[in-house]
Amino acid sequence: MATYDWLFSALGLQDWCSENKTDAPMTMAQLLARSGQKGAESGAEAPAVSFWDTPFPSLDELNRSCDAVARTRDMTSWVEQLFLAVKNPLKVVLDPITQPLSWALDGSLWLFQTVPWFVVIPLLLIGVWFATRSIGLIVFVAVSFMFMAFIDHYVPAIQTLSIIFVCTGFSVFLGVPIGILMSRSNALQRFALPVLDMLQTLPTFVYLIPLIFLFSVTESKLYGIAIILYAVVPVIRLTDLGIRLVDQDVIEAADAYGMTDRQKLWGVQIPLAMPNIMAGVNQTIMMSLAMVVIASLVSAPGLGVLVLRGIRNLELGVGLVSGFGIVLLAILLDRVTKASLGRINVTHKR
Amino acid sequence: MTNDPKISIRKLYKIFGADPKSMLPHVHAGMGKPELLDSYNHVLGLQDINVDMQAGEITVIMGLSGSGKSTLIRHLNRLIEPTSGEVIVDGENVLDYTEDQLRRLRREKMSMVFQKFALLPHRTVLQNAGMPRRVRGEDEGSAETNGRTWLSRVGLDGYEDHYPHQLSGGMQQRVGIARALAAASDIMLMDEAFSALDPLIRTDMQDLLLELQKELHKTIVFITHDLDEALKLADHLVILKDGFVVQQGEPQDILLNPNDPYIEDFVSDINRARVLRVRSVMSPLNGETEFAGVVDVNDNLEKLIQMSGGDTTHNFKVQQDGTDVGILHMKALVRALVPAQSSDRGSIR
Ligand SMILES: Nc1ncnc2c1ncn2[C@@H]1O[C@H](COP(=O)(O)OP(=O)(O)OP(=O)(O)O)[C@@H](O)[C@H]1O
Ligand SMILES: [Mg+2]
Repeated sequence: MATYDWLFSALGLQDWCSENKTDAPMTMAQLLARSGQKGAESGAEAPAVSFWDTPFPSLDELNRSCDAVARTRDMTSWVEQLFLAVKNPLKVVLDPITQPLSWALDGSLWLFQTVPWFVVIPLLLIGVWFATRSIGLIVFVAVSFMFMAFIDHYVPAIQTLSIIFVCTGFSVFLGVPIGILMSRSNALQRFALPVLDMLQTLPTFVYLIPLIFLFSVTESKLYGIAIILYAVVPVIRLTDLGIRLVDQDVIEAADAYGMTDRQKLWGVQIPLAMPNIMAGVNQTIMMSLAMVVIASLVSAPGLGVLVLRGIRNLELGVGLVSGFGIVLLAILLDRVTKASLGRINVTHKR
Repeated sequence: MTNDPKISIRKLYKIFGADPKSMLPHVHAGMGKPELLDSYNHVLGLQDINVDMQAGEITVIMGLSGSGKSTLIRHLNRLIEPTSGEVIVDGENVLDYTEDQLRRLRREKMSMVFQKFALLPHRTVLQNAGMPRRVRGEDEGSAETNGRTWLSRVGLDGYEDHYPHQLSGGMQQRVGIARALAAASDIMLMDEAFSALDPLIRTDMQDLLLELQKELHKTIVFITHDLDEALKLADHLVILKDGFVVQQGEPQDILLNPNDPYIEDFVSDINRARVLRVRSVMSPLNGETEFAGVVDVNDNLEKLIQMSGGDTTHNFKVQQDGTDVGILHMKALVRALVPAQSSDRGSIR
């Protein structure tokens, strides 16, 4: 006897129930219950439940009264089936268009690790100089890298950095055009904002799941896509916002002097939105860093792997030191991008 | 005059709202701005505007805040689309233009100066002045040479490499004017170009504009809410109120014969002796031979009061370019100093 037998008899559905018996595998709970019963005594009726314990008419509960009703476990396996069914056609489309990401990630990892440290570190410093023109920052970056190299964390650090560079590059490359389109169309903005909200609020683990189904864990694009999906949001948002916030008087002047849309975009809107776009890039970099650590779960190399090792093997020291390395990278990336942002802002003061 | 006007606005209506076209019948039936807003929630921006603007003249459009001045001037280069009507420039209806034609009009025929300057903040003064040429596709070099010339013409030598935010408001607007002149367009639209400047700088800028105009003879459409500025600059004055033209014509004429209490209010506060000119109060020569002195048609009345020493019995001979054109009775002058009231016009209080 189950709680909701009366419902099906009241509706006159007993026949339908027994005809459409689903012989799906038992749930773990059922198996446990069965073996438990066997151990004690078999064939005994389940004791009548008291009113207070009346279960919610969930799928599992209804299934106990009527075999035709699917159980929750069946439902999740349908989702899985559905996913598997669309997986192959989806892969045909997604594989080629995401392949460049794999190449870029692998290529960049290979490059950063092949070129010796005494070339890479000076190159990074030169990059910092051109972006910020700040001696202080150069010293900070140099000391940080020396320190990480000294404690043998140079390779994972440079791997993490390499992944961040590539993913930020892709995010900007995708995000800025999307942001521009959004700024031009209110309809597109209305549609895109909830999607962006979702990408940002979904726990990062959740969109690792479909990605694992779609791509094999050995492909670097798996973590590349996860990082980009998460990190692209601020560039899109702030590009859209930045362009919408451009002084309407200046836009009117551009129109009054007969600028084409393209002249207006490149000559007025993008330059004036630049401080906002760069603020978006800064956030994108920080979010890539956050995600690259989590993506070590799906084989992204770098400092995250060490953190993971610290957790798995309870090697406290390894976890903490590599965690500190991540913090150092974060501060360094943040400072450098903020400083280059400040340089842009100087000529934009009104 | 047989010349066609440079710009001619015909039966122009502009209604802001969800469905402006359907509001037209109501407006044609005589519904005013407040009623339209109350009953249909549409804003009547402009109604039945008919204005001719002559080549080489400064047409000033004046009105209080919200009277539709900015809306009107933006119809000339179609930054705003009208609800109905025609805007004819050099014989062509701008409203029939395709996008390409419109762009050519904005690039080559009309330039604009803005109240808030609207310079490109990320470009230097020189690049701003060269902007109209660059937009047309001319190379950087010629755009800069041209920009440099105009910057020095408006008195900004040496500021070429500054950014706009490094300049004062007056200097920024000089850049705005240089930019407009660099476009080498026949027509210049100026929307409250001097309103954001303090009074002294403002007078400087007005003088600069008049000086440039003496030499360049552009067709200028100038917007202001300041009567003194309007009277100083205008060849033709258009007064707007709630989106319609209350009165238009020669400024002196409007001053002497206002046809609406709204305009009387406007003109009651100004120093008439300084604004009114001899030509507006003189009468034709009628065989008189006794004159206390000779004056020019364009002298203002203040000067005459000084010359006559306050004696109202004198008559003065009026000359234009050396030939006698009329006589000025001091009595007429004194009468003209009192604002005419539409109710009791002509009486002396
Ligand atoms: N986009 C718009 N939507 C609705 N109403 C508008 C719009 N633009 C202007 N208006 C209305 O049209 C009228 C005229 O506005 P306009 O800006 O032309 O005034 P103005 O004479 O230039 O005033 P100001 O001296 O303050 O610049 C105002 O009542 C304004 O509310
Ligand atoms: Mg205005």
